[in-house]
Amino acid sequence: MSSTFDAVANIIAETCDIPRDTIKPESHAINDLGIDSLDFLDVAFAIDKAFGIKMPLEQWTQEVNEGTATTEQYFVLKNLCAHIDALVAAKGA
Amino acid sequence: MRFEYFQLIDRIVELDLGNRTIRTQATVPAASTIFEGHFPGFPLMPGVLLLESMAQTSGWLIIGITGFTRMPFLAAFNQAKLRSFVKPGDTLELTAALAHEGSGFARTTAEIRNGGKLACNAEITFRLVEFPNPEFRQHMEKAAAALAFPMESLAHG
Repeated sequence: MSSTFDAVANIIAETCDIPRDTIKPESHAINDLGIDSLDFLDVAFAIDKAFGIKMPLEQWTQEVNEGTATTEQYFVLKNLCAHIDALVAAKGA
Repeated sequence: MRFEYFQLIDRIVELDLGNRTIRTQATVPAASTIFEGHFPGFPLMPGVLLLESMAQTSGWLIIGITGFTRMPFLAAFNQAKLRSFVKPGDTLELTAALAHEGSGFARTTAEIRNGGKLACNAEITFRLVEFPNPEFRQHMEKAAAALAFPMESLAHG
């Protein structure tokens, strides 16, 4: 997870012009880091490319909108990284 | 091109779903009230309309790739470059290629050639959403037919 977090944090820092040292595993991408939906498209693009995955953002958004998931489950960075690791593992399975 | 309808491409020349590319063609109108202001005595196709024409070309590619299930809405331009003047009457060749299809978004690279010379290019990001209502989709299908969108390629792509 730590290498995934470092990669994601670096992507966020570069894409959103956020100081790297302010990005923590406990940071909420929206509430704490202030990443808006448009910037998150750039972040998602870079993560998809870096990890060779397709993060299911439509599904996650639907779950949040329907109340079956919280934004914390997907947008707190340590949780986001766990989802990324699972997607990478599923790709290799 | 029909500025008054914001239709900035005239024809889809080729939609290659295998290679995820598209080619379109557009001729800049010889006359338009737009040229009276942009610019008096020196009419130029506005750069924002050139960007929009690349976005429309990319949009039809995405509609083809998603099998007419998603409507692409323009979200961002990256690295947009307007390299040379485009004038009334010029015939433009436009191309776009899918750079990435994400979940709920897509990114393309697009360019315009004018007389074989690169006139502008950009990376373009779109949000992809389901068609808001059946009327919207019917409108887009009608627009597709007018541009010679190869609907049959969807069945074989």
